[in-house]
Amino acid sequence: MENLLNIAVKSIFIENMIFAYFLGMCSYLAVSKNVKTAFGLGIAVVFVLGATVPLNWLLQTYMLNAGALAWLGDSFKNVDLSFLQFIVFISVIAAFTQLTEMAVEKFSPALYGSLGIFLPLIAVNCSILGGSLFMAPRPYNFAEATTYGIASGIGWMIAIVALAAVREKLKYSDVPKPLKGLGITFILVGLMSLGFLSFMGFAI
Amino acid sequence: MQFLRNFLDTTKPKIKNKLVHTAFDAFETFLFVPNHTAGAKGIQVRDAIDLKRMMMTVIIAMVPCLLFGMWNIGHQHALATGQNLDFLAKFWIGTIKIMPIIIVSYGVGLGIEFFVASRKGHAVNEGFLVSGMLIPLVMPPDIPLWQVALATAFAVIIAKEVFGGTGMNVLNIALTARAFLYFAYPVNIAGSKVWTYTGDLKTVDGYSGATALSIVADKSTALSESKALFTNTTGVDALTEAGKWSGSNLFSFENMFMGNIPGSIGETSTLMCLIGAAILIVTGMGSWKIIVSGFAGTYLMALLLNATAANAFMALPAHYHLVMGGLAFGIVFMATDPVSAAQTESGKWVYGLLIGAFTVLIRVFNPAYPEGIMLAILLMNVLAPLIDYFVINANKQRRLKRMPAQTAKVAA
Repeated sequence: MENLLNIAVKSIFIENMIFAYFLGMCSYLAVSKNVKTAFGLGIAVVFVLGATVPLNWLLQTYMLNAGALAWLGDSFKNVDLSFLQFIVFISVIAAFTQLTEMAVEKFSPALYGSLGIFLPLIAVNCSILGGSLFMAPRPYNFAEATTYGIASGIGWMIAIVALAAVREKLKYSDVPKPLKGLGITFILVGLMSLGFLSFMGFAI
Repeated sequence: MQFLRNFLDTTKPKIKNKLVHTAFDAFETFLFVPNHTAGAKGIQVRDAIDLKRMMMTVIIAMVPCLLFGMWNIGHQHALATGQNLDFLAKFWIGTIKIMPIIIVSYGVGLGIEFFVASRKGHAVNEGFLVSGMLIPLVMPPDIPLWQVALATAFAVIIAKEVFGGTGMNVLNIALTARAFLYFAYPVNIAGSKVWTYTGDLKTVDGYSGATALSIVADKSTALSESKALFTNTTGVDALTEAGKWSGSNLFSFENMFMGNIPGSIGETSTLMCLIGAAILIVTGMGSWKIIVSGFAGTYLMALLLNATAANAFMALPAHYHLVMGGLAFGIVFMATDPVSAAQTESGKWVYGLLIGAFTVLIRVFNPAYPEGIMLAILLMNVLAPLIDYFVINANKQRRLKRMPAQTAKVAA
């Protein structure tokens, strides 16, 4: 239990997908104009990360690793499918994104409209594939992998919601013309990660 | 004073250059209250308080810290080098050390302000007056001046001007300057060598320039590595032991409260910060909610750690956290910055509590940073708009709930 808590705190704050790895920046910058939409996308990312990381863990452990197929019989002992890792991970992620998209369209058409193209683009969001790829070499078990997936998603969500709140406030700022829009957002994210540096090196 | 007024009035129309005009305007309003009055039509009521008055009040609140800091630089110098100096000599040493830092900080910062104001064609904002004084107070006395200049320029341009100038920044300017130096040039602003000005003189036997926080952190790390036992007084004992070189108990609770210990120039004295806090609260410049909840958050989090006490630092008595390091200075002068703090009244409680709590957490659990207040405030600056968002939304929900009942009443 303590171990799971450790992984959760670590992946939410210390190894934050945005502020430590700068992963998933495209949708992070594009969909952070208001808090409500950002929150919606954050939930979608939490769901997709929370579902794909454990699923990919199962595939990695029982199919892709060298010798992972031993459960099929002795003749499979030497099979090494790890070269398929990327394609398998991506297919799982794409399938889940499709599922999420259908769910959001059904249950919250307004959010579906405001997220626009960025909802299907979760499939190629670097933080999602990053979550699975970071998980693969680590000696996690199933519960740990699930915790890691969900917590990474929550970290991403906190980051995008915080940025959205600041950007809502920025509407009243007199930003120099050349920096309006994405320019000032880049500077802002840099300054925000300065704040998140406080967690770098936490010993827990 | 009339001749000065006359001089200004006669020169004013002669100035055509935009840059000179901005500078002239800034100095004119610095010397005199603006003399334009409202016309016969329109709003006549004017509050006497303006941005300039507000900034000056905050600076006055910082003066106790500044004066004490000047004396303390000399005092630490005398202790470390074993000299016997009188009050004025100590004060003089401090004055020579801190004046150049103040001049550089104001020079660079105001220079950029003047330039930007003239380019954008508006009057110079007074916002830098406070930041320019805060920056020297959070620096160690031996900081190289070019680093002060660089950090000030970075903070004013990247953290303030690109967002549109005074009142628009997301992070506190002075803390951004300090954080910039902290990560870019850690040698000159962290560790145990920088907090005391020694000059080229030989230091006394056993001298160590470590701050109280790093002493306890080091002791705690050493003990947990060797798995040695500790008690509730281990941290305090380590402080007493480490302060012995000065001939008395340098890191006693009273000394840390009064502030005659090594540290950044203005941050050491909790007492002077409390005087500043009183001035800010009485004049209504700083939010008492943030100050009270900041200290409360620190104390409560430290008590919580005391209850679990897995290492010597966690077991350090909670009230020590209140007087060590720059906590008081940060909470009183930086967390209360009205621009980067939470704006809603109930949001301020949350904001202050979290600053205090995060400070203790960073101090105790993050071996990379012995002091946590700087990063805790920066972190909460980032999260403050989010706190406001939730407070405002909760308020909306509450009022929406009330609405059907009211409309029903009106209809009836």
